[in-house]
Amino acid sequence: MDTAFMRRLGPWVAVLAWIFGILLVLMLVVHAHFGEALSGFFNSAFGGRNLAYLMATLSRTTLIVGMALSSMFSFRAGLFNIGGEGQLVAGGMVAALVGVYLPGWGPLVLVCGILAGMAAGAAWALLAGVMQSYLGVPLLIGSLLLNYPAAYIASYLVGHPFRDVASGLPQTFQVQAGTWLPFIPGTRLDVGIVAIIVVAVGAVIYANNTVAGYRARMNGLAPEFARASGLPVRPLLFQTLAISGAVAGLVGGLAVFGVSHRFTDGMLVEPLYAWTGIIAVLLVGMVPWAVPISGFFFAAVETGAAGMERTANVPQQVALIMQAVIILFVAGRISGASLVREAEDGDGL
Amino acid sequence: MGFDMLIDPAFLQSVPRFVTPILLAALGGAICDRSGVFNIALEGFILVGAFCAVLGSYFLGSAWWGALAGMLGSIGMGLLFAEFHLRRRGDAIVVSIALNLFAAGLTAYLLRAIFGVSGAFHDAGIVGFAGIDIPGLAAVPVLGPALSGQSILFYFALVATFALHFGFARHRLGLRLRAAGENPAGLIAAGVDPQRVRLYGLILCGALCGLAGAQLSIANVSLFVENMSAGRGWIAVVAVLLTGGRAIPVLLIATLFGFVDSFSFRVQGVGLPQQFTDMMPYLATLIVLIALSAWRKSRTA
Repeated sequence: MDTAFMRRLGPWVAVLAWIFGILLVLMLVVHAHFGEALSGFFNSAFGGRNLAYLMATLSRTTLIVGMALSSMFSFRAGLFNIGGEGQLVAGGMVAALVGVYLPGWGPLVLVCGILAGMAAGAAWALLAGVMQSYLGVPLLIGSLLLNYPAAYIASYLVGHPFRDVASGLPQTFQVQAGTWLPFIPGTRLDVGIVAIIVVAVGAVIYANNTVAGYRARMNGLAPEFARASGLPVRPLLFQTLAISGAVAGLVGGLAVFGVSHRFTDGMLVEPLYAWTGIIAVLLVGMVPWAVPISGFFFAAVETGAAGMERTANVPQQVALIMQAVIILFVAGRISGASLVREAEDGDGL
Repeated sequence: MGFDMLIDPAFLQSVPRFVTPILLAALGGAICDRSGVFNIALEGFILVGAFCAVLGSYFLGSAWWGALAGMLGSIGMGLLFAEFHLRRRGDAIVVSIALNLFAAGLTAYLLRAIFGVSGAFHDAGIVGFAGIDIPGLAAVPVLGPALSGQSILFYFALVATFALHFGFARHRLGLRLRAAGENPAGLIAAGVDPQRVRLYGLILCGALCGLAGAQLSIANVSLFVENMSAGRGWIAVVAVLLTGGRAIPVLLIATLFGFVDSFSFRVQGVGLPQQFTDMMPYLATLIVLIALSAWRKSRTA
């Protein structure tokens, strides 16, 4: 092993030491039993009877990777769309309404519901795009602020006009049984993961092998150059945001038809899928093929932490803390030049 | 629901309670903004401040200790921001997103670890700030109920606004903060390290956001709820964006946002669904943001 390699390894060892040190302190605070916590973590992330917990992790991975891909489409084009949460909620809400109220043959309703969800997500993202492009509202803050109306409108819809009153919770009726995504044979995992794999492969191809993907990347890495070379910047903005929002809407639809079979208030917001997706894509520096890996990693951290809570009484928020700490330590290595410029220019603000 | 409601003393009394946290946080954000640090982690700063304020108040038995603890906790966030953004060169937006999530996770974790509850912690042991009645002023109609009987933090926020205004205009640190944002090379030529100046800015920002959190958790109420900053940090970010970090305009915008905030609280009683009243502050923020941005764009275009 040569010294240059060792020298590059050094900082990473220090970072790992920090991260585990912080984890250690957090566990000491709650007097956790380390062995139990560790076995609880691994069992809950990857084990369980018939690998039930691993299936839960994979199911979560599906949603997180989906949201990560949604963010990635925007980030790579230099657009800091952090409104994935609103787009996700809009998609999930509309998909659920279609699933509950559209009569017809199950699979057809399912397709309509998913497509409607994607359209809703795209529309919500485009709203932020219109605000930036025509009204000069910085995308970063505009897309974020749109999260709140989306969440409150969905909360109102499931709390009042479309509420399944008999269930006692603020939620819609179940979508008709024919629309439920089937399990992959022999597992307890719905086929939603296949859809996300398709999106992930599509994202890699889009990024590396298409003109639109190339232009998006050019806009992300060198916006002035993109503008000077006559790239249609505004259509590119809308196109990118529409893709981003549609993927977020798809994730909402998959969560409804694959996991919960209805829309419950807060079900897409409280697990922080959108934010976890954002940090999952930041963790790997927006490299498309690596996103599923980091998404799986963060999903495992979350389900594993739930196990630590059960076995060793470590509050499961330890997952959120550790995810944030990891991002803090890698932040210096994420090339964010284009992102910063985006925020500072913000079309005149 | 009519005009009467707007001059109702109980309503006027409530306005400053909503203005104060937004104003304090926005002033902190303004300091960072002027010094060239794009800090959108105000949400997390406030949340940690609110939690630490309850911690200090509960264990040390006085609201003053609570406010001090809130400041220290939030200054800790400022130091983390400085470590990862200024020293380790992390992108400000990435660091902000991470710190916001860190704050949400840490406060919920410690709530369970220290108090053994999840969701909310309220206890008679949490000592809150009482209102300060200003003799004479209280009797004045409209202004009296609004400006008298508020927590000390409200008066401090007003003083801080003007202090910041003059600080930016006259004081050495204020001038250096502005120089760090506008012309860091000039600052280096003058023998001052811009990064150090920005660090001071982040510490001041932490102190102000800590007090903003204290206003939420030990002045408006005496309890801590998970995620109790509830978007106010983002509203403060918008206030900073819209004003370019100038102190007096920040006061005006924060007053407007705080007014809508308390108004939305007020109209909960008149039959609107709660989701719509809860949404009002964010919609108002969006509308003001859109209107001012469009106005500026039309002027520069």
